[in-house]
Amino acid sequence: MWIAAPALPLDEAGKYVAGAYVVFLALVLIYVAIMAAKLSRFERELSELDELAERRVEEEPRDAEEVRT
Amino acid sequence: MYSKGLAPLAAATVVTLTAALALVFFYAPLDADQGFVQKIFYIHVPMAIVALCGWVAGGIFAIRHLRSGDPSWDLRSYVAIHLSIILGLGVLITGAIWARASWGHWWVWDEPVLVSFLVTFLLYCVYYPLRFAIEDPERRARYSSVFAIAAGAFVPLNFTAVRLAEAYTHPRVLSQTGGDLPGEMRLTFLVALVGMTLLFVTLWKLELTAKHAAAQLNKLRRRRAEREAVAA
Repeated sequence: MWIAAPALPLDEAGKYVAGAYVVFLALVLIYVAIMAAKLSRFERELSELDELAERRVEEEPRDAEEVRT
Repeated sequence: MYSKGLAPLAAATVVTLTAALALVFFYAPLDADQGFVQKIFYIHVPMAIVALCGWVAGGIFAIRHLRSGDPSWDLRSYVAIHLSIILGLGVLITGAIWARASWGHWWVWDEPVLVSFLVTFLLYCVYYPLRFAIEDPERRARYSSVFAIAAGAFVPLNFTAVRLAEAYTHPRVLSQTGGDLPGEMRLTFLVALVGMTLLFVTLWKLELTAKHAAAQLNKLRRRRAEREAVAA
Protein backbone atom coordinates (compact mmCIF):
# COMPACT_ATOMS: atom_id res chain seq x y z
CA MET A 1 0.00 0.00 0.00
CA TRP A 2 2.73 2.42 1.01
CA ILE A 3 4.94 1.72 -1.99
CA ALA A 4 2.05 1.87 -4.45
CA ALA A 5 0.98 5.38 -3.41
CA PRO A 6 1.95 7.96 -6.05
CA ALA A 7 4.15 10.90 -5.08
CA LEU A 8 2.28 14.15 -4.38
CA PRO A 9 3.17 17.22 -6.46
CA LEU A 10 5.49 19.70 -4.72
CA ASP A 11 2.83 22.38 -4.08
CA GLU A 12 0.57 19.85 -2.35
CA ALA A 13 3.34 17.98 -0.51
CA GLY A 14 4.85 21.24 0.74
CA LYS A 15 2.03 21.95 3.19
CA TYR A 16 2.33 18.49 4.76
CA VAL A 17 6.11 18.79 5.12
CA ALA A 18 5.76 22.31 6.55
CA GLY A 19 3.05 21.05 8.91
CA ALA A 20 5.27 18.26 10.25
CA TYR A 21 8.23 20.57 10.85
CA VAL A 22 6.00 23.22 12.45
CA VAL A 23 4.61 20.56 14.83
CA PHE A 24 8.15 19.65 15.88
CA LEU A 25 9.15 23.30 16.29
CA ALA A 26 5.96 24.08 18.23
CA LEU A 27 6.55 21.18 20.64
CA VAL A 28 10.12 22.30 21.34
CA LEU A 29 9.11 25.98 21.69
CA ILE A 30 6.20 25.20 24.05
CA TYR A 31 8.48 23.03 26.17
CA VAL A 32 11.21 25.70 26.29
CA ALA A 33 8.63 28.41 27.08
CA ILE A 34 7.27 26.36 30.01
CA MET A 35 10.81 25.78 31.28
CA ALA A 36 11.62 29.51 30.91
CA ALA A 37 8.47 30.42 32.90
CA LYS A 38 9.46 27.97 35.63
CA LEU A 39 13.03 29.30 35.79
CA SER A 40 11.85 32.91 35.99
CA ARG A 41 9.54 31.94 38.88
CA PHE A 42 12.50 30.34 40.67
CA GLU A 43 14.55 33.47 40.07
CA ARG A 44 11.77 35.64 41.55
CA GLU A 45 11.40 33.40 44.60
CA LEU A 46 15.15 33.30 45.07
CA SER A 47 15.42 37.09 44.99
CA GLU A 48 12.58 37.27 47.58
CA LEU A 49 14.50 34.90 49.84
CA ASP A 50 17.67 36.92 49.28
CA GLU A 51 15.88 40.14 50.25
CA LEU A 52 14.55 38.49 53.41
CA ALA A 53 18.03 37.24 54.30
CA GLU A 54 19.52 40.71 53.76
CA ARG A 55 16.84 42.31 55.90
CA ARG A 56 17.59 39.79 58.63
CA VAL A 57 21.33 40.60 58.49
CA GLU A 58 20.50 44.30 58.82
CA GLU A 59 18.15 43.69 61.74
CA GLU A 60 20.46 41.35 63.67
CA PRO A 61 23.05 43.99 64.85
CA ARG A 62 20.19 46.31 65.85
CA ASP A 63 18.62 43.53 67.92
CA ALA A 64 21.98 42.75 69.54
CA GLU A 65 22.44 46.45 70.49
CA GLU A 66 18.98 46.57 72.02
CA VAL A 67 19.80 43.50 74.11
CA ARG A 68 23.07 45.09 75.31
CA THR A 69 21.37 48.34 76.36
CA MET B 1 25.14 19.60 39.57
CA TYR B 2 23.02 18.73 36.51
CA SER B 3 23.79 21.95 34.66
CA LYS B 4 27.44 20.99 34.05
CA GLY B 5 28.15 21.24 30.33
CA LEU B 6 24.63 22.40 29.51
CA ALA B 7 25.66 25.51 27.55
CA PRO B 8 28.06 23.74 25.11
CA LEU B 9 25.54 20.92 24.76
CA ALA B 10 22.79 23.40 23.85
CA ALA B 11 25.11 25.07 21.33
CA ALA B 12 25.99 21.68 19.78
CA THR B 13 22.26 20.86 19.56
CA VAL B 14 21.46 24.11 17.74
CA VAL B 15 24.38 23.65 15.32
CA THR B 16 23.53 19.99 14.58
CA LEU B 17 19.81 20.59 14.12
CA THR B 18 20.49 23.58 11.85
CA ALA B 19 22.91 21.45 9.82
CA ALA B 20 20.31 18.68 9.66
CA LEU B 21 17.65 21.08 8.35
CA ALA B 22 20.07 22.46 5.76
CA LEU B 23 20.92 18.92 4.63
CA VAL B 24 17.24 17.91 4.51
CA PHE B 25 16.19 20.78 2.25
CA PHE B 26 19.36 21.55 0.24
CA TYR B 27 21.37 18.32 0.05
CA ALA B 28 19.26 15.18 0.36
CA PRO B 29 17.75 14.14 -3.00
CA LEU B 30 14.01 13.73 -3.54
CA ASP B 31 12.74 10.20 -2.98
CA ALA B 32 11.73 8.46 -6.21
CA ASP B 33 8.50 7.01 -4.76
CA GLN B 34 7.46 9.54 -2.13
CA GLY B 35 8.74 12.77 -3.61
CA PHE B 36 8.91 15.84 -1.34
CA VAL B 37 6.70 14.25 1.35
CA GLN B 38 9.59 11.92 2.26
CA LYS B 39 11.29 14.94 3.90
CA ILE B 40 9.00 14.31 6.89
CA PHE B 41 10.97 11.10 7.43
CA TYR B 42 14.05 13.08 8.63
CA ILE B 43 12.11 14.46 11.58
CA HIS B 44 9.61 11.67 12.22
CA VAL B 45 11.97 8.69 12.40
CA PRO B 46 14.72 10.28 14.56
CA MET B 47 11.98 11.47 16.95
CA ALA B 48 10.59 7.92 17.14
CA ILE B 49 14.01 6.35 17.71
CA VAL B 50 14.97 8.88 20.39
CA ALA B 51 11.57 8.54 22.12
CA LEU B 52 11.87 4.73 22.24
CA CYS B 53 15.47 4.95 23.50
CA GLY B 54 14.36 7.52 26.10
CA TRP B 55 11.74 5.12 27.44
CA VAL B 56 14.33 2.33 27.64
CA ALA B 57 16.76 4.75 29.35
CA GLY B 58 13.98 5.58 31.83
CA GLY B 59 13.79 1.86 32.67
CA ILE B 60 17.57 1.62 33.11
CA PHE B 61 17.61 4.65 35.44
CA ALA B 62 14.73 3.05 37.36
CA ILE B 63 16.80 -0.13 37.83
CA ARG B 64 19.62 2.00 39.22
CA HIS B 65 17.14 3.70 41.55
CA LEU B 66 15.82 0.40 42.90
CA ARG B 67 19.35 -0.95 43.33
CA SER B 68 20.80 2.12 45.05
CA GLY B 69 17.75 3.74 46.66
CA ASP B 70 19.09 7.10 45.45
CA PRO B 71 16.09 9.31 44.55
CA SER B 72 18.14 11.21 41.93
CA TRP B 73 17.94 8.13 39.68
CA ASP B 74 14.15 8.17 39.97
CA LEU B 75 14.21 11.84 38.94
CA ARG B 76 16.41 10.99 35.94
CA SER B 77 14.00 8.18 35.00
CA TYR B 78 10.95 10.44 35.33
CA VAL B 79 12.45 13.22 33.20
CA ALA B 80 13.55 10.75 30.49
CA ILE B 81 10.05 9.24 30.32
CA HIS B 82 8.40 12.67 30.39
CA LEU B 83 10.52 13.94 27.48
CA SER B 84 9.94 10.72 25.53
CA ILE B 85 6.18 11.19 25.92
CA ILE B 86 6.50 14.69 24.43
CA LEU B 87 8.57 13.32 21.54
CA GLY B 88 6.10 10.43 21.22
CA LEU B 89 3.30 12.95 20.75
CA GLY B 90 5.39 14.55 18.01
CA VAL B 91 5.91 11.14 16.40
CA LEU B 92 2.17 10.42 16.36
CA ILE B 93 1.30 13.82 14.87
CA THR B 94 4.05 13.86 12.24
CA GLY B 95 3.27 10.21 11.43
CA ALA B 96 -0.39 11.09 10.91
CA ILE B 97 0.63 13.95 8.59
CA TRP B 98 2.88 11.58 6.64
CA ALA B 99 0.11 8.96 6.48
CA ARG B 100 -2.34 11.55 5.18
CA ALA B 101 0.10 12.69 2.48
CA SER B 102 1.16 9.15 1.50
CA TRP B 103 -1.92 7.03 2.04
CA GLY B 104 -4.73 9.58 2.01
CA HIS B 105 -5.72 8.73 5.62
CA TRP B 106 -4.68 10.36 8.89
CA TRP B 107 -4.58 7.00 10.64
CA VAL B 108 -4.52 3.37 9.46
CA TRP B 109 -5.60 0.88 12.10
CA ASP B 110 -4.25 -2.22 10.34
CA GLU B 111 -0.71 -0.83 10.24
CA PRO B 112 1.15 -2.65 13.07
CA VAL B 113 3.98 -0.12 13.48
CA LEU B 114 1.57 2.79 13.94
CA VAL B 115 -0.72 0.94 16.32
CA SER B 116 2.14 -0.54 18.35
CA PHE B 117 3.67 2.92 18.81
CA LEU B 118 0.27 4.25 19.90
CA VAL B 119 -0.06 1.37 22.39
CA THR B 120 3.40 2.15 23.80
CA PHE B 121 2.57 5.87 23.99
CA LEU B 122 -0.71 5.19 25.80
CA LEU B 123 1.05 2.78 28.16
CA TYR B 124 3.43 5.56 29.17
CA CYS B 125 0.57 8.04 29.54
CA VAL B 126 -0.52 5.87 32.49
CA TYR B 127 2.79 6.71 34.18
CA TYR B 128 1.60 10.23 35.16
CA PRO B 129 -1.56 9.27 37.08
CA LEU B 130 0.34 6.41 38.70
CA ARG B 131 3.19 8.66 39.80
CA PHE B 132 1.16 11.61 40.99
CA ALA B 133 -1.51 9.57 42.73
CA ILE B 134 0.98 8.47 45.41
CA GLU B 135 1.75 11.09 48.03
CA ASP B 136 4.58 9.43 49.92
CA PRO B 137 7.71 10.38 47.91
CA GLU B 138 9.59 7.17 48.69
CA ARG B 139 6.69 4.91 47.69
CA ARG B 140 5.98 7.06 44.63
CA ALA B 141 9.58 6.71 43.46
CA ARG B 142 9.57 2.94 44.07
CA TYR B 143 6.26 2.27 42.28
CA SER B 144 7.23 4.57 39.41
CA SER B 145 10.52 2.71 39.03
CA VAL B 146 8.76 -0.65 38.89
CA PHE B 147 6.45 0.71 36.19
CA ALA B 148 9.37 2.25 34.27
CA ILE B 149 11.26 -1.07 34.28
CA ALA B 150 8.24 -3.14 33.16
CA ALA B 151 7.28 -0.65 30.44
CA GLY B 152 10.92 -0.16 29.43
CA ALA B 153 11.24 -3.91 28.86
CA PHE B 154 8.03 -3.84 26.81
CA VAL B 155 9.45 -1.27 24.35
CA PRO B 156 12.15 -3.44 22.67
CA LEU B 157 9.94 -6.53 22.92
CA ASN B 158 7.11 -4.72 21.16
CA PHE B 159 9.47 -3.30 18.53
CA THR B 160 10.97 -6.73 17.78
CA ALA B 161 7.59 -8.46 17.69
CA VAL B 162 6.23 -5.95 15.18
CA ARG B 163 9.31 -6.26 12.98
CA LEU B 164 9.09 -10.05 13.05
CA ALA B 165 5.36 -10.09 12.35
CA GLU B 166 5.17 -7.50 9.62
CA ALA B 167 8.24 -6.34 7.75
CA TYR B 168 6.72 -5.06 4.54
CA THR B 169 3.81 -2.74 5.23
CA HIS B 170 5.73 0.15 6.80
CA PRO B 171 8.79 1.81 5.25
CA ARG B 172 11.92 0.32 6.80
CA VAL B 173 14.63 2.89 7.12
CA LEU B 174 17.21 0.98 9.09
CA SER B 175 17.88 -2.72 9.20
CA GLN B 176 20.70 -5.08 10.08
CA THR B 177 21.87 -4.94 6.47
CA GLY B 178 21.88 -1.14 6.49
CA GLY B 179 18.49 -0.36 4.97
CA ASP B 180 17.88 0.98 1.46
CA LEU B 181 18.97 4.59 1.92
CA PRO B 182 21.36 6.11 -0.62
CA GLY B 183 24.48 7.87 0.74
CA GLU B 184 23.15 11.46 0.82
CA MET B 185 19.91 10.42 2.47
CA ARG B 186 21.76 8.25 4.99
CA LEU B 187 24.11 11.11 5.95
CA THR B 188 21.18 13.51 6.32
CA PHE B 189 19.27 11.00 8.41
CA LEU B 190 22.26 10.34 10.68
CA VAL B 191 22.85 14.08 11.25
CA ALA B 192 19.13 14.51 12.06
CA LEU B 193 19.33 11.55 14.45
CA VAL B 194 22.39 12.99 16.21
CA GLY B 195 20.65 16.39 16.41
CA MET B 196 17.53 14.84 17.91
CA THR B 197 19.59 12.87 20.43
CA LEU B 198 21.46 16.03 21.44
CA LEU B 199 18.15 17.88 21.78
CA PHE B 200 16.83 15.13 24.05
CA VAL B 201 19.94 15.16 26.25
CA THR B 202 19.95 18.98 26.42
CA LEU B 203 16.29 19.20 27.43
CA TRP B 204 16.77 16.30 29.87
CA LYS B 205 19.65 18.11 31.58
CA LEU B 206 17.73 21.40 31.52
CA GLU B 207 14.71 19.88 33.22
CA LEU B 208 16.87 18.05 35.77
CA THR B 209 18.60 21.37 36.54
CA ALA B 210 15.23 23.09 36.97
CA LYS B 211 13.91 20.31 39.22
CA HIS B 212 17.10 20.39 41.30
CA ALA B 213 16.81 24.20 41.64
CA ALA B 214 13.16 23.84 42.71
CA ALA B 215 14.14 21.27 45.35
CA GLN B 216 16.92 23.55 46.68
CA LEU B 217 14.50 26.48 46.80
CA ASN B 218 11.95 24.41 48.74
CA LYS B 219 14.66 23.40 51.19
CA LEU B 220 15.62 27.07 51.73
CA ARG B 221 11.99 28.01 52.23
CA ARG B 222 11.47 25.19 54.73
CA ARG B 223 14.61 26.17 56.65
CA ARG B 224 13.45 29.79 56.85
CA ALA B 225 10.03 28.71 58.09
CA GLU B 226 11.67 26.53 60.74
CA ARG B 227 13.90 29.43 61.90
CA GLU B 228 10.94 31.77 62.09
CA ALA B 229 9.02 29.20 64.11
CA VAL B 230 11.96 28.84 66.56
CA ALA B 231 12.34 32.66 66.85
CA ALA B 232 8.64 33.07 67.56
